[in-house]
Amino acid sequence: MNWMLREHAKVLQAIRLAGAISGRKKLQKMIYIAKQLSFPFDEKFQFHFYGPYSEELTVRVEELVNMGFLEETKIKKGGYVQYRYNLTEEGEGFLNMLHLENPPQLEACLQDMNNRSSRFLELVSTILFFQDLGKEEIIHKINTVKAKQKYTAEEIEEAFQYIDALKKQIF
Amino acid sequence: MTYLSEKLKEEKVFKDPVHRYVHVRDRVIWDLIGTKEFQRLRRIKQLGTTFLTFHGAEHSRFNHSLGVYEIVRRIIDDVFSSREEWYWAPRDRLLALCAALLHDLGHGPFSHSFEKVFHFDHETYTQKIILGDTEVHAVLRKVDADFPKDVAEVIAKTHNNQLIISLISSQIDADRMDYLQRDAFYTGVSYGHFDMDRIMRVMRPMEDQVVFKKSGMHAVEDYIMSRYQMYWQVYFHPVTRSAEVILNKILLRAQNLYEQGYRFKHEPKHFYSLFAGEPTLEDYLTLDESIVLYYFHVWQEEDDPILRDLCSRFLNRHLFKYVEFEPSAQEYVKYQELGELFRKIGIDPDYYLVIDSSSDLPYDFYRPGEEGERLPILLLMPDGDLRELSRESEIVDAISGKRRTDHKLYYPLDLLEDEKNDPQTVKKIKELLYRR
Repeated sequence: MNWMLREHAKVLQAIRLAGAISGRKKLQKMIYIAKQLSFPFDEKFQFHFYGPYSEELTVRVEELVNMGFLEETKIKKGGYVQYRYNLTEEGEGFLNMLHLENPPQLEACLQDMNNRSSRFLELVSTILFFQDLGKEEIIHKINTVKAKQKYTAEEIEEAFQYIDALKKQIF
Repeated sequence: MTYLSEKLKEEKVFKDPVHRYVHVRDRVIWDLIGTKEFQRLRRIKQLGTTFLTFHGAEHSRFNHSLGVYEIVRRIIDDVFSSREEWYWAPRDRLLALCAALLHDLGHGPFSHSFEKVFHFDHETYTQKIILGDTEVHAVLRKVDADFPKDVAEVIAKTHNNQLIISLISSQIDADRMDYLQRDAFYTGVSYGHFDMDRIMRVMRPMEDQVVFKKSGMHAVEDYIMSRYQMYWQVYFHPVTRSAEVILNKILLRAQNLYEQGYRFKHEPKHFYSLFAGEPTLEDYLTLDESIVLYYFHVWQEEDDPILRDLCSRFLNRHLFKYVEFEPSAQEYVKYQELGELFRKIGIDPDYYLVIDSSSDLPYDFYRPGEEGERLPILLLMPDGDLRELSRESEIVDAISGKRRTDHKLYYPLDLLEDEKNDPQTVKKIKELLYRR
């Protein structure tokens, strides 16, 4: 299979495993966290306004929508719009044709993350982005680069524990 | 006098076709330019394979890096120095200048292809060069122990000084303002021009980012439009992409052969650590475009027909042809069918039938609740309010948030038309390729 479509298929598969995903930010963070947990996603991430973000992933999702494999629904939430992603029948058919192998635990991890808020996943992904630093330094980083989010000490601790739990589940 | 504030006895100037002169007065900047890691950027082209389409596009990342530095220097020294309340502490000023100069330091030869095939990114190497055992690190460290880390963080966009980050990396930054003008100059196209002096004059520093006086909106509009034109006329040019497709496939073929235990006539010593995974910093810094092109030359003599052919195509500009490709389930089936037919006449579709996509978002603004990864461009209104650009500019509003994507299917027409091929199969292939 052409490498480009293989990477599309992996993203599509992730959305199928997670069930529908609400919010572009949530989708970005879920794939980033999964990648950090050594699941084989190829997208390149950089640190942006909302933490790790991949332009490649944004483009792939748009292409999957254009190909008719993903359905993108706009949902009005209070004062803003959120996007929800579901597989279409064509998307299901495409994946069935490919018979992709699922890495063990990927489904459980994605579903677990999907039940969390995008605010929390933003925090988790930011911690993972700075994981080469010590814990205290990471906390300092969050309080400076994410000052506007005003994460509490409890939220930060919960995010650290969540990462440990995910790692235990996988390794 | 400390190293941080040390000035050269006489100002040094670099003649530059875009900014006329690049001025250097700071000892630290002069020393950084003299390091071997920075000089290496002379041997890496700014526009990769674009020179095969626009023959003037031979300029290097060295030129561009000096240009970005010069723009940031002018903004801080000439624009922001005009008012006391915009005063920059010397360390912040130097931090911005160093980050501007070094922002592309980790680029390797033909970065896009290498990063795609060997799965790494140049940003990681920019960090490694700044923080590792290098001449650049030694210079930065002389400023103070934290200085290398601060420079690395500004470039990685993780530093707490968002204002400095926005000067170097945002939707209207020194990086883009330099490369648009420089690439336009060297390619010879008439796009890419805008009134940078005007934009700089209307810049106003705020706590988190630079904003622009409303009176300068038309200059900013012009910049956005020139960026849009440059992307589609130069950066995503289909012929350049054909060369890049071939380059990707050369690297992929060489790696596959290496993994299969193929015995190269000319051992690719410089590629071994790339093939094996993560190259060491030393190996990475050795690899520049002169080395890569040397291998492409000698690989024309290899026994492997695919590697030989691809290298000859790249060096002699014997590129793939292309047709439009609209990703859909139907087109995907067609693509699979084409692959089978290619195999039937002995052409490996993994190397000779390639979908390539290009995509750009000319300007996007922050929409609450969405993945607003890009900081918006803000206008400073006469009453002191800040307004997002697309709310004031009809032109920008028309292209805001609209991604344009282009997909093409590349193939070697000359191989298809080889008279040894079964004419019926070739006919079928052509029907599929050209059917709209």
